[in-house]
Amino acid sequence: MSKLVEVKNLKQYFPAPGNSLFSKRYLKAVDDVSFYINKGETLGLVGESGCGKTTTGKTVIRLYEPTAGKIIYNGEDITKVNMLPYRRKMQIVFQDPYASLDPRMTVADIVGEAIDIHKLAKSKKERKERIISILERVGLNSEHANRYPHEFSGGQRQRIGIARSLAVNPEFVVCDEPVSALDVSIQAQIINMFEELQEEMGLTYLFIAHDLSVVKHISNRIGVMYLGKLVELASSYELTFHSLHPYTQSLISAIPIPDPQVSRTRQRIVLEGDVPSPLDPPSGCRFRTRCRYATKICAEQEPEFKEVDNGHFVACHHVTK
Amino acid sequence: MSEYLVDIRNLRLSFFTPAGEVKALNDVSIQMKQGEVLGIVGESGSGKSVTAYSLMGLVPEPGRIISGTIDFNGHRVTEMTEKQLREMRGNEISIIFQDPMTSLNPVYTIGNQIEEVILLHTTKDRKAARERALELLNLVGINEPHKRLRQYPHELSGGMRQRVMIAIALACEPKLLIADEPTTALDVTIQAQILELMNDLRKKIGMSIIMITHDLGVVASMCEKIAVMYAGKIVEYGTAEEIFYNPQHEYTKGLLMSIPKLNATEHEKLIPIEGTPVDMLMPPQGCPFAPRCNSCMKICLREMPPYTDINADHYSACWLLQKEAYESLKGGVAQ
Ligand SMILES: Nc1ncnc2c1ncn2[C@@H]1O[C@H](COP(=O)(O)OP(=O)(O)OP(=O)(O)O)[C@@H](O)[C@H]1O
Ligand SMILES: Nc1ncnc2c1ncn2[C@@H]1O[C@H](COP(=O)(O)OP(=O)(O)OP(=O)(O)O)[C@@H](O)[C@H]1O
Ligand code: SF4
Ligand SMILES: [Mg+2]
Ligand SMILES: [Mg+2]
Repeated sequence: MSKLVEVKNLKQYFPAPGNSLFSKRYLKAVDDVSFYINKGETLGLVGESGCGKTTTGKTVIRLYEPTAGKIIYNGEDITKVNMLPYRRKMQIVFQDPYASLDPRMTVADIVGEAIDIHKLAKSKKERKERIISILERVGLNSEHANRYPHEFSGGQRQRIGIARSLAVNPEFVVCDEPVSALDVSIQAQIINMFEELQEEMGLTYLFIAHDLSVVKHISNRIGVMYLGKLVELASSYELTFHSLHPYTQSLISAIPIPDPQVSRTRQRIVLEGDVPSPLDPPSGCRFRTRCRYATKICAEQEPEFKEVDNGHFVACHHVTK
Repeated sequence: MSEYLVDIRNLRLSFFTPAGEVKALNDVSIQMKQGEVLGIVGESGSGKSVTAYSLMGLVPEPGRIISGTIDFNGHRVTEMTEKQLREMRGNEISIIFQDPMTSLNPVYTIGNQIEEVILLHTTKDRKAARERALELLNLVGINEPHKRLRQYPHELSGGMRQRVMIAIALACEPKLLIADEPTTALDVTIQAQILELMNDLRKKIGMSIIMITHDLGVVASMCEKIAVMYAGKIVEYGTAEEIFYNPQHEYTKGLLMSIPKLNATEHEKLIPIEGTPVDMLMPPQGCPFAPRCNSCMKICLREMPPYTDINADHYSACWLLQKEAYESLKGGVAQ
């Protein structure tokens, strides 16, 4: 297996609101994050609202310029290069299909625009064929081509958004909460479609969602973020059944299981309090203010993100294996 | 008089929109005993919120009740005056919404908002109202309640605001709490806190709860009874165990098969429900689920299936069950 995407010590700092010329404060949305994604693999990214999932996804494909760190794509350092040759290969699908589709454009125009930008069709005829073929691939058809986004249901709009991203034959797709806004019965259709398209087109995904059940289903490996940090990363199985980080453990135990007997007898680790402000994160381990195991060292030193088992990475002072 | 706390019978409710009539509720009946926790699940637009609001006498424009009755605590809601409705809403039924920010007033302190409700419904004494407000904030697990009383909604986190909403909802000691997607906007670890709080309160106070959600995990962990709605109709009703371990309606079965399960050890392909949700302006004749149903028969496209009792606490509206019922009667007494 070879790595398609790799980030090393990635940082994305935003200037904090209310900055003056003399005091510059930063919101460290992504702070020193490292991971890789193999070709054809799906890496899931989970964590609570505001922990930096979207920012990570956008920075990896350089929709944001990284504050620090390295991005390596297919063996090449692309941290500073002109992105034009890479844009086509690296695509993103957003959560809200409606907000990301221009209401005045027909479906054919929306999908065709991407084809035009990357000059992927030599003739009108080829352009049209390409549009129809991608629409069919995502479960729509040629009759849908001349309609407008508002004429479609939520699930169909998400298909249009996916068609737009896939029309340019990408290799790597950042999927940012692509099913979160959909009804449960429609979610499964779209999840299956992502899986089928991956097989057909050999795609590599960074799959972002806050629903761990969905992420676990679709991902080979999963990374867990907390306040801008990656705190644990392991295979989906290891992460769901043998998680090591106290935050991951409470996250998993908090998920209501759709099975009355299981969910009523299950032990929950209920976390006290809320996620601290990212403008003023706790010293040392960022999770320590809510952690059951926190000791003195947790406040003093930042735990290192290290491999404790084959392919299982954790950042916690009290995990040793 | 009804033995039930909630007794909705054959409710039909439509919205008369410029584009046409939206039959939002199509013959909905719900019975609920005192102290019960009922979960209502179903797709977006299936009528969950409209059902719950009608129970409070709230029918948003351009909606109208076409037929049916709604009884609450022995009183006929459908015949109450505006004044009686207001009294019922303040004293006997409370509601919490998905987004606490839209229901809290941004320009008043938390204290003002809780005390106002208390002054309106229980006591006229300001000092007693303040005491009670502190007590309520304690009850819902908010630390430093003295400080919180002086804060404004935007100064609190999402989970904290939802706790405040619950405190306000409990101020009048309601018999019934309606929770409309109370945790959908919250992170799972905060959701777990709020669900635990609701379970605790229920044990302490003994109130009934209607829990509206699309999250099957939430209903499984919270509710004794579950009503599954599809296109304005309750297609299946039963205990949580019956719905999860012995589902009878094709939509319920499909729903359970289409969700990824965290505790699954193997990767199993999800089995989605094909097709798209019902266009409520042009609902199909017959069973509303027919166009998406793999077992659809001719009769399903023509006629609405009647309810079949599976057992004393479980019924479902699907023609397949009628067929089975008919076949099991074969040779016996067919009516
Ligand atoms: N363009 C921006 N400018 C300033 N701050 C930002 C920007 N984008 C994100 N942030 C902040 O960075 C942090 C991480 O945000 P991000 O959107 O990456 O979180 P997320 O994990 O995707 O959350 P959610 O689950 O809510 O989508 C948040 O505190 C957010 O407010
Ligand atoms: N004020 C209104 N005007 C017109 N139609 C309405 C109005 N309120 C609700 N409806 C319609 O009534 C139906 C039922 O709506 P309801 O809000 O009960 O759905 P729901 O099951 O709560 O959905 P959700 O999960 O999205 O909250 C929908 O088809 C909706 O479009
Ligand atoms: S480092 Fe300390 S505070 Fe952080 S998760 Fe581990 S035990 Fe908890
Ligand atoms: Mg995001
Ligand atoms: Mg609703």
